[in-house]
Amino acid sequence: MAKESFFKPFYSVLVLAFVCSFLVSLASVGLRPLQESNRALERKKNILLAAGLLHGDTKDKDIDTLFAQVEPRIIDLATGAFVSPKVIDPKTFDQSASTNDPQLSQPLPKDKDIAGLRRLEKYSLVYLVMDKGKLKEIVLPIRGKGLWSTMYGYVALDSDLRTIDGLAFYEHGETPGLGGEIENPAWEAGWQGKKIYNDQGKVALKVAKGASKATGKAASYEVDGLSGATLTGNGVQRLFHFWFAGQGFKPFLERLRSEEGKNG
Amino acid sequence: MAETTTRELLLRPIFRRNPIALLVLGICSALAVTGKMDTAFVMSVCVTVVVACSNFVISLVRHHIPSSVRIGIQIMVIATMVILVDQILKAFLFDLSKQLSIYVGLIITNCIVMGRAEGFAMNNPPKASFIDGLGNGLGYGFILMTVAFIRELFGSGSLFGVEILKLTSNGGWYVRNGLFLLPASAFFLIALLIWFMRTVDPDQQENN
Repeated sequence: MAKESFFKPFYSVLVLAFVCSFLVSLASVGLRPLQESNRALERKKNILLAAGLLHGDTKDKDIDTLFAQVEPRIIDLATGAFVSPKVIDPKTFDQSASTNDPQLSQPLPKDKDIAGLRRLEKYSLVYLVMDKGKLKEIVLPIRGKGLWSTMYGYVALDSDLRTIDGLAFYEHGETPGLGGEIENPAWEAGWQGKKIYNDQGKVALKVAKGASKATGKAASYEVDGLSGATLTGNGVQRLFHFWFAGQGFKPFLERLRSEEGKNG
Repeated sequence: MAETTTRELLLRPIFRRNPIALLVLGICSALAVTGKMDTAFVMSVCVTVVVACSNFVISLVRHHIPSSVRIGIQIMVIATMVILVDQILKAFLFDLSKQLSIYVGLIITNCIVMGRAEGFAMNNPPKASFIDGLGNGLGYGFILMTVAFIRELFGSGSLFGVEILKLTSNGGWYVRNGLFLLPASAFFLIALLIWFMRTVDPDQQENN
């Protein structure tokens, strides 16, 4: 090879960088609408799955029709009050981005942070499943640290606001086959009918180590654990204890209950 | 390097000069994505596309690459290819891209891609480089699929997600082998494969 000029490395890298960045930005901008509709569809699917409205043979194009009975709302976690859609639009609100926004979230003190979240957002999305104008179910987004990763899921509560109707984890990095079984529908089905709060209104839900041996009343607060995944199970239990206590959805659920009482 | 035929370029890396088994490159992702066959399959396709295309592009401009910055330029071409593949997966195969998550991005650091660019594409014409990339991708895919076949069958009792051995957790008879679910099991399997391949073809053995 002939001796290279001093400037050749510089301009050849510059030209290449220009071509490459052009290609990358073209792909990123051109494919974004498709990617976002995929993500939105995925979120709707998971919400419907938790609410038990999604069936194995549901086609992607039917998701939107099914989702029509679900009403997304935004709540203020601290007070439990609904936030008007005029203030924050639930359709565009990005909850996971808000956890990094100092205006929309705050750091959690170590002793309170049992689910390993580090920061808690001020506002959360909730999804009301309506049936003929009456509240049938309510789907809440939950997340918390398992053994390796943060697990993201949705839990659906019955209209009594303490019984679980369904659970769906949709994103996690737990060991496939062991902790990863939290996304197994067979295991998630075992959560149906379990109660989160006891008669005193405290969070009583427990994930057993292995199969649950609880009988009688205690059985309605205890869920089978996953064998070989005790630590993941502990994480799931802790995230329920976090999200359904005072700093999580409890103020909202209590407010909703008292309002329901007035109406009915 | 002596003239080699297209056929040889394509088929040689699958068995006789397999990038994983003989050159022991690209082990890292072979451990991570072989828990299930469908992820291993998509990963193989992605790597094949990336190696073939980056080999082609690099070979095309090989006379214009100043040798002082050649590694940087190769990485740039490879990174561009990988980002394109990742974006396309996210747009058209969303479910699989979720499972592969970070591993697609990590193709950039897959030693096979870089190794073929530096070792072959820099000194050979575009067509031969493209075929060489395809062959190496297929060789990588062959090992990946073999390991994934064993890991998924014994670890999850299924192949491509279809249940083959009925698991006790679903009311069947097969007790899953947890070892095969963990990435470490791929080490044993790849080592056994290398042993097997070097026994069948003693030319692959290193001389002491």
